[in-house]
Amino acid sequence: MTPFSKKIVTGHSSALDFAQPEPVDLSSGKYVKLWQGPQHPGITGNMSLELTLDGDTIIDCKTHVGYLHRGFEKLMERRTFIQNFTVVCRIAVPEPTFNEYLYSAAVEELSGIEVPERAVWLRTMNLELMRLASFLMWIGGMSGAFGQYTVPNWTLAYRDYVLDLFEEMTGARIYHMYIVPGGVRAGLPDGFEERARAIMDGTEKLLDQIERVMFNNIVFKARSKGLAVIPPEMIDPYGIVGPNARACGVERDLRKDEPYLAYEHLDFDVITGSDSDAYERAYLRLQETRQCVSLIRQCLDKAPTDGPFQADMPNVLHWKVPAGETYVKAECTRGEYGYYMVTDGTEFVRRVHVRGPSYTHAIAVMERLAVGNNIADIAGMMVSLHTYPPEIER
Amino acid sequence: MNDMLDRLQRDFGISDITERKPTLTTLKVDKDSAERLIRELRDRENYTHLNFMTCIDYIEDGIFTLVYMLHNYDKQHGLGIHVDIGRENAEMTSIHTLWAQAWTYQRELREMYGISFPGSPRVNDDFCLEGWDQIPPMRREFDTKKFSQERFGHREGRHSEVPRDQMKVELYPNRGGDEK
Repeated sequence: MTPFSKKIVTGHSSALDFAQPEPVDLSSGKYVKLWQGPQHPGITGNMSLELTLDGDTIIDCKTHVGYLHRGFEKLMERRTFIQNFTVVCRIAVPEPTFNEYLYSAAVEELSGIEVPERAVWLRTMNLELMRLASFLMWIGGMSGAFGQYTVPNWTLAYRDYVLDLFEEMTGARIYHMYIVPGGVRAGLPDGFEERARAIMDGTEKLLDQIERVMFNNIVFKARSKGLAVIPPEMIDPYGIVGPNARACGVERDLRKDEPYLAYEHLDFDVITGSDSDAYERAYLRLQETRQCVSLIRQCLDKAPTDGPFQADMPNVLHWKVPAGETYVKAECTRGEYGYYMVTDGTEFVRRVHVRGPSYTHAIAVMERLAVGNNIADIAGMMVSLHTYPPEIER
Repeated sequence: MNDMLDRLQRDFGISDITERKPTLTTLKVDKDSAERLIRELRDRENYTHLNFMTCIDYIEDGIFTLVYMLHNYDKQHGLGIHVDIGRENAEMTSIHTLWAQAWTYQRELREMYGISFPGSPRVNDDFCLEGWDQIPPMRREFDTKKFSQERFGHREGRHSEVPRDQMKVELYPNRGGDEK
């Protein structure tokens, strides 16, 4: 437990006033209302920010979502447990695997299904590959938001190599549908380990180059240092998790705090920073990307190469899960991602609630941090919080 | 843990205490005591993290069950607080002064289930559904299939072809489908 968590102010102090800003008089001619998004290269996915500007300075920010709402939680109430598994991966495009894992883990917990050891390791490797692919895409987005367009070309190319590995492992590049209730769909193909190690070696070199080109760049440093600082006392009252919280020294990571899958057998430390500004958050994610490479190598070293990868399952066409309730969570690239599931003993789930970190990062946190900043920094600020609209609307 | 639950039972009348797993306990509390209980758990028992707020529609019993999931980082323990409220004119005390993200959850619950949270900021603003004029869509009686058929009309599915036969007719009409 971090010493910061003891100091966190959970009361209603003036520094943590949750009150909404008073509306300004737009007819005065002093202010400009500007929409950033939903179609804008500097926006993360399909969401928009309604900005009120006084000159170049943002004096009010309101987040709007709804451009992606597909009603997944409702859809899941009308589908059988096995049908749902093809739906959940579509909730978050850049990280479908976390949805697959958490949905499966919740169903397994409520049904009392034990997952074979080989499947546990393959799931862990799959999640870490997903984290690597997502971080590579994020680094490109962060660099692009500050006007550096070389780095995104590199990182998206390497993300494609990781997607090649997914294609070999699962048969699909984006929506893998690999982690299923009871285990995984397949083992590793011949030669996968060698190819994966070669890509990890290349990625490691790439990350060194990115550190030199992006993180030592004077323009990137000047613009991102001190931008959108999250103080430690904001962490709990705003529900901030993941790298955004770790960047200000809060040592919280579900892989360590409540180990799941094979994480207790992996050697890694929780990476923390000291001052959660846009630069610190970006640098922390770069370090976590390196950590991903190490964790994938460890999985390749330690994962069993034989044995079952799927538990004995009931007939999925007539599968009824006992009545119960659970909340399972995992550390995704943005922090705590969770599935709350309630079952009533029928073939259908009674309720699923998908909890994503962007729910607070993109709305309450974003709206607070944006105020007082320059309009030119809004894209970088948003990317530095690593927000995904799909997990807000579900 | 047991001392805390005993005290909460005495002070707030909590019931249905169920250990779902070592890291998760659920309990039920009356609507009128819920906000005080949640505030107490946050300020005195260190359940400082609001994981989420959600709702389960038990249409057959005429109730909504609101679920507040809290987490204690010191004990790595979660508490699911269940609060039953009637489906008719559903209303609940707002907790927007306790966590900054709470008003967003309440705004979503107002839109998706029609639950009102008096005093919660922007609670009547559209969240996901701009210009929605139907019953709140997450209520069990809302039929998604019926809605989409009425709103968008019926459209026949795509006509499917046997690929080899299709090739014979359209791509290689002069060669009878033999591409050699």
